Amino acid sequence: METQNTPFTFSRRNFLKTSALASGGMLIGFNLFTACKSEVQPPVDIANLNFNDFNAFIKIADNGMVTIFSPNPEIGQGVKTSMPMIIAEELDVPWEHVHVAQGILDNKNYQRQVAGGSQSIRFGWDALRQTGATARQMLVNAAAAKWGVDASTCSASDGIITNANGETLGYGDVVKEAAALEVPEDVTLKDPKDYKIIGTDAVNVDIDKIITGEPLFGLDYKAEGMKYAVVLRPPAFGKKLVSYDDTATRAVNGVVDVVRFGDKVAVLANNTWAAMKGKKALTAEWEVDSDLESTEEHDKILTEILDGNKFDERRNDGNVKAAFAAADKVIERTYESPFLPHNCMEPMNFYADVKADKIHLVGPIQTPSGTARRVAEKLGRSEDEVLLEMTRMGGGFGRRLYGDFVMEAAEISNLAGQPVKVVYTREDDMGAGIYRPAIKYRIAASIKDGKLTGYHLKEAAINRNMYGLIPHFFPAGCIENYRVDTANYQSNITIGAWRAPYTNFLAFAEQSFFDELARELEQDPVQLRIDLLQNVKGTTDENIQYSGDRMEGVIKLAAEKANWGNAPEGVYQGFAAYYSHNTHVAEVAEVEMDSYGKPVVKRVVVAADCGIVVNPTGAKNQIEGGVIDGIGHAMYSDFGFAEGAPTATNFDRYQLIRMNDTPKVETYFVENELSPTGLGEPGLPPAGGAVANAIAAATGQRLTQQPFVKYMGEAEVQEIKG
Amino acid sequence: MPSFSLTINGKNVTVTADADTPLLWVLRDELDMVGTKYGCGIGQCGACTVHVDGAATRSCLLQIATLDGKEVTTIEGLSEDGSHPLQQAWKELDVPQCGYCQAGQIMTAASFLKENPTPTDKEIREAMHGNLCRCASYNRIEKAVAAAAGKSN
Repeated sequence: METQNTPFTFSRRNFLKTSALASGGMLIGFNLFTACKSEVQPPVDIANLNFNDFNAFIKIADNGMVTIFSPNPEIGQGVKTSMPMIIAEELDVPWEHVHVAQGILDNKNYQRQVAGGSQSIRFGWDALRQTGATARQMLVNAAAAKWGVDASTCSASDGIITNANGETLGYGDVVKEAAALEVPEDVTLKDPKDYKIIGTDAVNVDIDKIITGEPLFGLDYKAEGMKYAVVLRPPAFGKKLVSYDDTATRAVNGVVDVVRFGDKVAVLANNTWAAMKGKKALTAEWEVDSDLESTEEHDKILTEILDGNKFDERRNDGNVKAAFAAADKVIERTYESPFLPHNCMEPMNFYADVKADKIHLVGPIQTPSGTARRVAEKLGRSEDEVLLEMTRMGGGFGRRLYGDFVMEAAEISNLAGQPVKVVYTREDDMGAGIYRPAIKYRIAASIKDGKLTGYHLKEAAINRNMYGLIPHFFPAGCIENYRVDTANYQSNITIGAWRAPYTNFLAFAEQSFFDELARELEQDPVQLRIDLLQNVKGTTDENIQYSGDRMEGVIKLAAEKANWGNAPEGVYQGFAAYYSHNTHVAEVAEVEMDSYGKPVVKRVVVAADCGIVVNPTGAKNQIEGGVIDGIGHAMYSDFGFAEGAPTATNFDRYQLIRMNDTPKVETYFVENELSPTGLGEPGLPPAGGAVANAIAAATGQRLTQQPFVKYMGEAEVQEIKG
Repeated sequence: MPSFSLTINGKNVTVTADADTPLLWVLRDELDMVGTKYGCGIGQCGACTVHVDGAATRSCLLQIATLDGKEVTTIEGLSEDGSHPLQQAWKELDVPQCGYCQAGQIMTAASFLKENPTPTDKEIREAMHGNLCRCASYNRIEKAVAAAAGKSN
């Protein structure tokens, strides 16, 4: 097994502080962000931290029960369970003695917490372990002092401290003394082989509330005097509000107010239904303000970009032009994907109560701190006046990174002088989205003497292009002459991050292309990838952060578990492997033909390397969900624009994957002792490619456009089947 | 505003609401029972599933005026204490991710298992096809329904 020690880059004295509680027990504060790597800058001067600056807390009661306030937003990725598990492991308390509460986000007293990029566990790993271990050491020190023995002769396990004579004290017996002690500088972290909680299945900490329907989500939140607000927004990108008539709206029973803000009109009512009816009763006049764009137009423009020569060079190894000129053969494919809305099951909503001395915000948001700051700026108020509380979120998928709906709630409350909860209808949610942009990739490869000699990928996207280190993901570093170019078209349609941004489609394009390349080279697709990966091993290129060894590990594990190449009669396999969000994943999709001659995905075998698996049941849940989500959107989801307006605004015209279309997902993790990385996103990117490759194996048809159902040709399928 | 009398989770309830108000919003906004969720408002997602006289029904489309004298069961009343075999199976198999759609999933499954206590896998998949889970926890939902069915045998 591989191991890896992560050096700490912070002083423990500065990130931990303890205090005795008046009510009995001990409170330990710590700062999660201090463990962040270079990508995240600490927001305050660490040397001058005071107790109010801590963003996460552990409370140990007199009876030894432990409350862990989980700092990061929970969107269904499981961190409200897995992050406290890491603390409990090092603190060494039985998991059954731990109660987890959502840390309340207060922009004054708490610091940066974000759910995004599958980074919560990766960034939290060091600080969470260190915090638990430090608290344990303080409890041991307190017990040792009580006994008058050296702390090094004592040990702690399952909430009980034992000395050399076999005497015991519970954590609860010494919390008062421990809280008064100096925070130790050096504590020993557990050897991963001694883990008792990490690596065991812990059920979602909110499970009892979820299965009995207790209030939990933003939409469930209520406050005294609160009004429900439903908002009329421009019906198309490129239109703005001229005027509106609210006569009929104000006649709706339960409607209490109508306010205009910018190009939007909010209807406030005593209940959600009245607010929805009131909105429908509004009549408005709109005028065209800028281009009314359409999918046909986008399609044409993106193709023109790919055909042109205006690109930003994002990576350029060797000499692609020369390799292509010298090639025996060049193959080229273009891959296309539509816009996609996020469609969280819980539509966007937020509570705001803007008062003269305080702004109270409550609801589901992936970026509480930045959002609170923007609300303060928008209303010309001090950030100190904002109190933001997070609820559990009915899905995020990137949509709740954007606080547009929080701004709306704050603006409406400010204008109406009342506490309001903005509620999006599904139509609002799908129609006023921040979409995954439509993208086209064109990939060309040169072959000389039966070998791959060059690779050129071009991205044409809307508004923005691939970011960060994505141009350096696999297969960068594996091919001598390698180039990535990007360009974009500026649209008035709002776009943003959508689960595994860019790679959710880039991986499909590249992994589909590799399958064709392997057939062209008359090589097995798995072996082709393994052979290429040998070239990246030992690279000194700092931009390449995926590991050739770890990628090869997941490829081999997936191939072995799926019995790659030996599928039973009538089962067609497709392979894909990808690295994203610091996790390596390989997938084998299996397709069978149904009685109508239609390919059906029956099973996906997944191998993932995310380092130490903190909570296996939660980890598998993320992979299962990511894979099926990836297949569902690749297969069914179509979304576009006509005259600036979305072509679908509810589930009657927009297809999401449902149970009967769902394959069985089998997940295997590479076992090692490397620091853990996230799983909210990495399972998704390879899924579409694995399925497309399996469909090609089954039917001979190469799907290069999503959603597949729109392009799957039945005639071709039947012909090949016969 | 008119008043309507119905039974919700075994209790007689009188609600005053506009006749066209869907049961979903009566439950959530008037009766403070927020376990039943809003997802689409057009009966496509199943998040708002409740039982009316024992049958799984979409509460977002059901006007309160049509429910006078009816018996409604919501997730809050499926069991006293979360001990229904489906609720227990959901917990044992750690089904939810975000959890938002799960009350509707459980209510659909409860009505289905009452009608068909020993379903095949195919029957489970077809019965649950109407409920969306955006996190795609479908594999576990399927297993949990099968596990609960096994227990009720």
